[in-house]
Amino acid sequence: MLKPVKILTKMYDVPEGWTMRAYERAGGYQAAKKALGMPQATVIDEMKKGNVRGRGGAGFPAGVKWGFMKPDPQKPAYLVINADEGEPGTFKDRTLMEKDPHRCIEGCIIGSYAIGAHVCYIYVRDELHLSKERLWSAIREAKDRGFLGAHPFGGNYAIEVYVHTGAGAYICGEETALLESLEGKRGEPRLKPPFPAQRGVFGNPTTVNNLETIAAVPTVIEMGGEAFSKLSSLHHLNDGGCRLFGVSGHVKNPGIFEACVGLTLRELIYDLGGGMSRGELLGVIPGGSSCPVLLPSEKVNAPDEKSVLHPWHGQSVLDVPLGVDTMRNLGTMLGTCCAIVFSDETCPVAVMQNLMAFYRHESCGQCTPCREGVGWIDRIVTKLLHGEGSVDELDRIHDIGNGIMGNTICAFGEGSAMPALGLVRKFRRHFEEHATGKPCSAGGRLDA
Amino acid sequence: MAFVLSAEREREMSEIFTRYPTRKAACIPLLHLCQDQEGYVSEEAMSYVAEQLGMAPSQVKGVVTFYTLVNPAPVGKHQVWVCKTLSCALRGAKDIIGHCEKRLGVHVGETTKDGKVTLRTAECLASCGTAPMMQVDKKYYENLTSAEVDRILDRLLEA
Repeated sequence: MLKPVKILTKMYDVPEGWTMRAYERAGGYQAAKKALGMPQATVIDEMKKGNVRGRGGAGFPAGVKWGFMKPDPQKPAYLVINADEGEPGTFKDRTLMEKDPHRCIEGCIIGSYAIGAHVCYIYVRDELHLSKERLWSAIREAKDRGFLGAHPFGGNYAIEVYVHTGAGAYICGEETALLESLEGKRGEPRLKPPFPAQRGVFGNPTTVNNLETIAAVPTVIEMGGEAFSKLSSLHHLNDGGCRLFGVSGHVKNPGIFEACVGLTLRELIYDLGGGMSRGELLGVIPGGSSCPVLLPSEKVNAPDEKSVLHPWHGQSVLDVPLGVDTMRNLGTMLGTCCAIVFSDETCPVAVMQNLMAFYRHESCGQCTPCREGVGWIDRIVTKLLHGEGSVDELDRIHDIGNGIMGNTICAFGEGSAMPALGLVRKFRRHFEEHATGKPCSAGGRLDA
Repeated sequence: MAFVLSAEREREMSEIFTRYPTRKAACIPLLHLCQDQEGYVSEEAMSYVAEQLGMAPSQVKGVVTFYTLVNPAPVGKHQVWVCKTLSCALRGAKDIIGHCEKRLGVHVGETTKDGKVTLRTAECLASCGTAPMMQVDKKYYENLTSAEVDRILDRLLEA
């Protein structure tokens, strides 16, 4: 269901909308003032009612995550914001930092207060220089206005927000690798448990939230959690509110669009994205490269009334509302909600080779199944792309992928293996053509 | 010769220390300061960072070698990073890369003979809706055409 709104993106077209002057004129920081006058437990409750599923890719309910934090005077809590936006195809958090940094800061203020933290770090990938600049400027303006520091809004709950810079490592978008990086080390993920709420940054209780998740917080407080959640047509699945949807690749109008949760891929690609820029749709990766591909020919198979997908039984997967649970039930993921679209003039083997080269480069190297397995799959698909591999090697990708999944320290293993397995399974014919020395009709190109 | 930070950067470093409960957390920000000054992080700079933070030089080297954007060796005056990941590749990144190689007369990973430009490829730079694109030093250039690439590269080579 296509329901565009201008809530999160309200400031995007306002001239100098990133300044305090513009933000306050539009009613900014009223939510933070209101929240800091509420009991912390009530703020958390509103967040739970808002059904904000983590916008970083995992879709974990943010309010529930906040509820995991227990006060401990010996170990002060921290709020850490994940703005490492590195998932291929994803470019939404950047728009918030560049065009509405005050919304992000206001969210950090409310979130810090809710979980009992007095310090918040926004971990921004190094390459997003304008984002960092705008965030720092917003922090300075907020301090000058008395919204940050020792007495925000004249109260006694001190809050400081800092921007922390990355240094070029996709894996630092994984929350525990991010914490390692924040501590000044190599970004190597930790085993969970313990979870960040128990032992996070500097060994202290920590909540890590994606930047878009924290940016939704002022609106949740302003509207009330339930009202925010009910914007969504998937409210009954506890997947609430509005969010940023992205689309890129072979569409006429790539970009970031705001809509209520419940938008479908067909609406994203053809209504918002303007339709195919060339050829016909061959495949769509729904939410960043770590999500298995969906084909337009696939139909929903959910005859059981109790199934989440039952309302769309028999329909095209393109007509299923994009939600955390709906996409998971389709065998893929909502992920970052930024879709990558490719046409029938594209070689699926080249698509996979491009992505496996990415994962091979970005593996932190700690665990053998990922470090060796991803490299192995990359070598095989590179051979296949050049018409050199064999069907045996093609089949071996399944064994290697299954050997990675479930056997790694972090979800990077699944994030690289699942899309690989999805592509070789759903485009079997193209891969077999390459494996038997016959180039596929797209001839190995991505941008023909 | 021992590495020292400029007075202004030393002041920045002192401010950075106030943000964290441990000195070690200032490692990456401090490495960025060193790299801003020299263009890369030398062994001497690594020793300096180690001393400031109470880390072993080998630990600092471990951090330096982990992160793509920290240069352990000198690079050109300008770094040109062309994104090659899927969304950009679907919209012509391969041609942009080839065009840069021809225009600069180097392969990816190499520096022009006059030391002005190092050409590199990058993984997803979060610019997928404005592809193809490249990052030159700290600036993004998006929705690239060959003509635009020529303008950008010519400016870098003339300066």
